[in-house]
Amino acid sequence: MIYADNAATTQMSGAAINAMTACMRDTWGNPSSLYGLGQRAREALEDARERIAACIGASSKEITFTSGGSEADNQAIRSAALLGSRKGKRHIISTAFEHHAVLHTLKKLEGEGFEVELLPVGELGTVTADQVAEAIREDTALVTIMYANNEIGSVLPVPEIGAVCRERRVIFHTDAVQAAGHLPIDVKVQNIDLLSLSAHKFHGPKGIGVLYARQGIPLSNLIEGGAQERGKRAGTENVPAIVGMAAALEESCGHLEENAIRVSALRDLLIGGLSQIPHSALNGDPVNRLPGNVNFCFEGIEGESLLLLLDDRGICASSGSACTSGSLDPSHVLLAIGRPHEVAHGSLRLSLCEQNTEADVDAILKAVPEIVGYLRNMSPLWKDKAGRKKKFVL
Amino acid sequence: MALYSEKVMDHFRNPRNVGVIEDADGVGEVGNAVCGDIMKIYLKIEDGTVSDVKFETFGCGSAIASSSMATELIKGKPLSDALKLTNQAVTEALDGLPAHKLHCSVLAEEAIRAAVKDYYDRQGIAYDPKDFPDCGSCEGCHR
Repeated sequence: MIYADNAATTQMSGAAINAMTACMRDTWGNPSSLYGLGQRAREALEDARERIAACIGASSKEITFTSGGSEADNQAIRSAALLGSRKGKRHIISTAFEHHAVLHTLKKLEGEGFEVELLPVGELGTVTADQVAEAIREDTALVTIMYANNEIGSVLPVPEIGAVCRERRVIFHTDAVQAAGHLPIDVKVQNIDLLSLSAHKFHGPKGIGVLYARQGIPLSNLIEGGAQERGKRAGTENVPAIVGMAAALEESCGHLEENAIRVSALRDLLIGGLSQIPHSALNGDPVNRLPGNVNFCFEGIEGESLLLLLDDRGICASSGSACTSGSLDPSHVLLAIGRPHEVAHGSLRLSLCEQNTEADVDAILKAVPEIVGYLRNMSPLWKDKAGRKKKFVL
Repeated sequence: MALYSEKVMDHFRNPRNVGVIEDADGVGEVGNAVCGDIMKIYLKIEDGTVSDVKFETFGCGSAIASSSMATELIKGKPLSDALKLTNQAVTEALDGLPAHKLHCSVLAEEAIRAAVKDYYDRQGIAYDPKDFPDCGSCEGCHR
């Protein structure tokens, strides 16, 4: 099997599995309990918190454990919105291609009287700090802009956006779910006030994530109950998952540069090879790009068919077609960068990690052109374009 | 459970009757690129019978499988039977489709109807237009 869907989830690392199993076996107490077993769990929890904080340049008091990236996004945005509204600020700036955890939360806030401004992301799929600076108003409560896009891999100028927000004294949240463990993050240097990350995107376990909130930014609860996480997130801590996340993040951050060099070399081989397919186009920023992300549109075919046939050859990938999104519309990200519906239906995302090899790339570069050719050969849309009855878009 | 039945996957992986009939007696095309699926059916009619049928499809796995199954269900059958083919019959023959994929079987039914209508038009055979609604009723065509 060739696993090329690391943006969806990653295989857990040995270090993470070992840390978790040891924790489940030996340190299974409740961190809130007074006796030794509980206190050892508390120590494991706080040790993980410190190590995770160190990976992103934060202090451990600024780390809140959540059930994952979506919860962290929800809580970050809701907290900032509440802080803003107390001062009469109800304007929120974001982008058109955020993750649904952000967009759907913003949609709800719109219904609650907030004004949400989604910045256009252009053909490359990015925004500039200038765009953000121009959009900020006196009543702006929050800027929430992702660190890197999960579908098309664009890496956004987060440090520059952070600097603008700090200067204008607006809270800045970044959804760093695709960036953590893959790109250098330093919340202090990069002027990030709130940041979300998710363990299973960097070889950690599923169902666990982090909300970093700069000291001085009070969080409001999504989940009420006990006093865990300084009272900001109730529920007995998932200590094994937290310990596994710490192990995975440390490992990823410890090899960040070498992994990025290795993976981006594979990525560029894939991009070069797939670019040879006629009437195809790379999606996302070709330069400022996640090391592992490859995203193409192939004209005249539909993405789900491509995925199923790749699966038959043991290749795991994903697509932004409507049929894979479960709705009538293809990916909002591809539409946001201006791809027309018919082209967006024919998208393919391959997301690599450091475990992928050149042999994987070779196999993908053999399979994709063959399958695209096969599907085009039975596509009346492709035939109409090839026969010049319809115009090519790409 | 897998997304698709084994039948669907079989007809997707090994689609029957893919291709073009150059001297077709009736051709029908439904769907549109915006929605992400287009089906085109070619019919050869001899003595009131579907003597040959081919399809071309732009679409997802269930669209290709539905086209394949629909062509199998009408091949060699009287034209009157082809007209009676329903999307339910296509779906049942495929051992079911996920709810959000049922429109693929509707598309197959409509593509066959469109091809029969084209045949009637070419032959000057009278028919009731109400028997041939088009797929333009869904919101996809109005964007």
